[in-house]
Amino acid sequence: MTETSDVRTPVLSVRDLVVDFPLRRGNFRALHGVSFDIAPGEVLGVVGESGAGKSMTGAAVIGLLTPPGRITSGEVYLQGQRIDQLPEAEMVKLRGKRIGMVMQDPLTSLNPLFTVGQQLIETIRQHLPLNEAEARARAVSLLEEAGIPRAAERIDSYPHQFSGGMRQRVVIALAIAADPELVIADEPTSALDVSVQAQVIKVLKKLCESRGAAIMLITHDMGVIAQIADRILVMNAGRIVESGPVGQVIRHPREPYTIKLIDSIPTLNRDPGAPVPAEAAAPEAAAQDAYVRVENLTRDFSLGGGGSFFGRLFGGESRIFRAVNDVSFSIRRGETYGLVGESGSGKSTCAKMIAGLIPPSSGRIFVDGADVWSAEGLASRRRNVQMIFQDPYASLNPRWKVGSIVAEPIRALKLTSSRAEIEDRVADLLRKVRLDPVAMRKYPHEFSGGQRQRIAIARALSTQPAFIVCDEPTSALDVSVQAQVLDLMSGLQEEYGLTYLLISHNLAVIRQMANDVGVMRQGVLEESGPVDEIFDHPKAEYTRMLLDAVPDLDKVA
Amino acid sequence: MAEASPPEAPVEAAAPARGFRARLWDSDVFWSWRHHPVAIVSSLVALTLILAAVLAPWIAPHDPFNPATLQLMDGFTPPGEAAMSGTVYRFGTDDQGRDLLSTILYGSRVSLFVGFAATLFSMTLGVSLGLFAGYRGGLADTIIMRVADVQLSFPAILIALLIFGVAQGVIPPNKQESMAIWVLIFAIGLANWAQFARTVRGAAMVERQKDYVSAARIMGVPGPSIAFRHVLPNVLGPVLVIATISLALAIIEEATLSYLGVGVPPTQPSLGTLIRIGQRFLFSGEWWILFFPALMLILLALSVNLLGDWLRDALNPKLRQ
Repeated sequence: MTETSDVRTPVLSVRDLVVDFPLRRGNFRALHGVSFDIAPGEVLGVVGESGAGKSMTGAAVIGLLTPPGRITSGEVYLQGQRIDQLPEAEMVKLRGKRIGMVMQDPLTSLNPLFTVGQQLIETIRQHLPLNEAEARARAVSLLEEAGIPRAAERIDSYPHQFSGGMRQRVVIALAIAADPELVIADEPTSALDVSVQAQVIKVLKKLCESRGAAIMLITHDMGVIAQIADRILVMNAGRIVESGPVGQVIRHPREPYTIKLIDSIPTLNRDPGAPVPAEAAAPEAAAQDAYVRVENLTRDFSLGGGGSFFGRLFGGESRIFRAVNDVSFSIRRGETYGLVGESGSGKSTCAKMIAGLIPPSSGRIFVDGADVWSAEGLASRRRNVQMIFQDPYASLNPRWKVGSIVAEPIRALKLTSSRAEIEDRVADLLRKVRLDPVAMRKYPHEFSGGQRQRIAIARALSTQPAFIVCDEPTSALDVSVQAQVLDLMSGLQEEYGLTYLLISHNLAVIRQMANDVGVMRQGVLEESGPVDEIFDHPKAEYTRMLLDAVPDLDKVA
Repeated sequence: MAEASPPEAPVEAAAPARGFRARLWDSDVFWSWRHHPVAIVSSLVALTLILAAVLAPWIAPHDPFNPATLQLMDGFTPPGEAAMSGTVYRFGTDDQGRDLLSTILYGSRVSLFVGFAATLFSMTLGVSLGLFAGYRGGLADTIIMRVADVQLSFPAILIALLIFGVAQGVIPPNKQESMAIWVLIFAIGLANWAQFARTVRGAAMVERQKDYVSAARIMGVPGPSIAFRHVLPNVLGPVLVIATISLALAIIEEATLSYLGVGVPPTQPSLGTLIRIGQRFLFSGEWWILFFPALMLILLALSVNLLGDWLRDALNPKLRQ
């Protein structure tokens, strides 16, 4: 399955790697004989869904498996030297010096109590025979190379004084500080916004190229791989499914699993064959009044000052942060309005105000003609407006059975009190989201992420609402599961004429699902209009930048 | 009907309606118990002691509170020796000829009752106040937690003494004897609520941020209902741990108060009272009158405490295998 076209010794060579986790309910085999090579200077992309064993492979190579996991058999060679049996003391010297590591979360991979410079200098001096001043000079040049402006001044700043993207650049600088032969990057950009993601990927690629370091890039995002990798390794359930040059695998996948995986990735370009969502079905929609209307919505948060006991007593000064600034849009009945933007742009705050979780500072929200924040609108809001949340692990009470969770809105709104009728309705709702009604007797932890999101949808549907606010409903899910959930959502929309407000940072999802779209940036609605018009002919500079930054499979050279 | 599901299917397969007992036995906590010798031994010891105390009227060889059965001339019989009357007392007798084994069994009944009741009281109080403070936040939170902070800066036993003293002044003298045990429970309970309140408040503040609480708010579930039905079940884990440890504490506090002579009246001796009585004879050579009640107290407190320690580790997901 592995092709070693290179005659040189591969930087990393993994042979039949088997990793086991002896757990109390029996042995769990995380990797079933994984073999691959990375040539010098090559970027190998490892892709797969959660639980596929990608991160496990990285951790096994570097000798950082979490106990009780262990390498049962197989061999790992770094430049021809076997490293999987090295004692811990030897591995410590190897990590950082010969293998650099870039982790997912730039918040936790830097120590918040030390300046960036201290951390870099410490790493450099540990591995290279340099004195303090030389190490510092090297640290500054590394930061500059990683694209941190005014590196000489900023080297004495603490990690929290950098933004997420900048912090990840520091982590990359840290990983290459000692000129390693191999860099293992585990989801280096998953915690970042698209616009930042593109820059960070470029930095990673440039730095490794200039130093001749090979990269093992682990990610769930096929787009990122398409942008940076030379070769790709598709993993599923602890096995390598397919490997080969990126262009070949993405354009002509051979294995059914790879084909399915690639097919389920939503793309920015609308497939000409695909039906345009709902719009065609409602020619009179334009004439019809808006079902949801948001007018001049604004929300301020006070930062510090007034928060403490004495602050409250003495009316201490508080700074104001405007999270949402004068946002207006409307959604027609039975249609989907997509709200996109990067983290901190105010999309979720908008969603919370519309769903009735936090009151707006000013502005009004009308659903079906009634102001949801007025006393009269309250009752109709509770019936008509429901919400689906991002994290299906946090949105279901872990101590409740699924049946009670789905029935809660019915009980809360006293739609019916007969036990039998509630049970019937719950069974019906579970069938609607394509789950077995037996599920009602189980607890949420017995279900996978995608199944839990279905349960959350069933709960949202239980009051027969007309309008559902979906806050990043699929961003915690794997692509193939995302496709299923999105399918279910459009199916239900067609069947019951639901109106959606769909919030997402993923432009491709919005393109696929929405009729109209609004682009938010720092609390302001930059532009709003029909989705095709905005995606094909963006007017705002920011929208254009966002669209360009999206790593798309179609861009593969 | 189930989704065309990827390899995580075993979850579906393994779950067909197993009985509650089977699930309990298989749960992580019970698994940890089965593999933790200290937990097994301490729970067996605690269970035996508690059972012995509960069953005292049926298993105790004598009734130490019935003066008619007492043989005054049997007083000060050492353990295992025949007394004047010919009876052999396994743990010996005290100055009035009471069988020590029986007094200890009856005494630990009082100690355990006070311990359990006081813990229940402080738990109810602490959990309610902590839940209110944590879920509601704002000024109520500030006030409740300041009071808790002030109370935590005193030793609990001083607070219990203070409350006990105030109660003695308020209750009419003829009722003092009969109400002493309830006052004791109230005093110990009130001295220990702050631990519960702190823990529950912290956990409730985390839980109220979660999306399932938002979902309930959107559908208009009233605040108290969310706090009790959604948040409370999710913060009970740590409460259980504190309850176990504070049970041991309450038993010791009761013994301390009784030892100081402000606890239960001598007609209803608890372990602390027995230790106080025994202490008078320690230096005249009758060591067993002090030794056996003290041993009982140590065993009880130690086993409950070790059980609490194990429970804390077993419920900590970070230590789970």
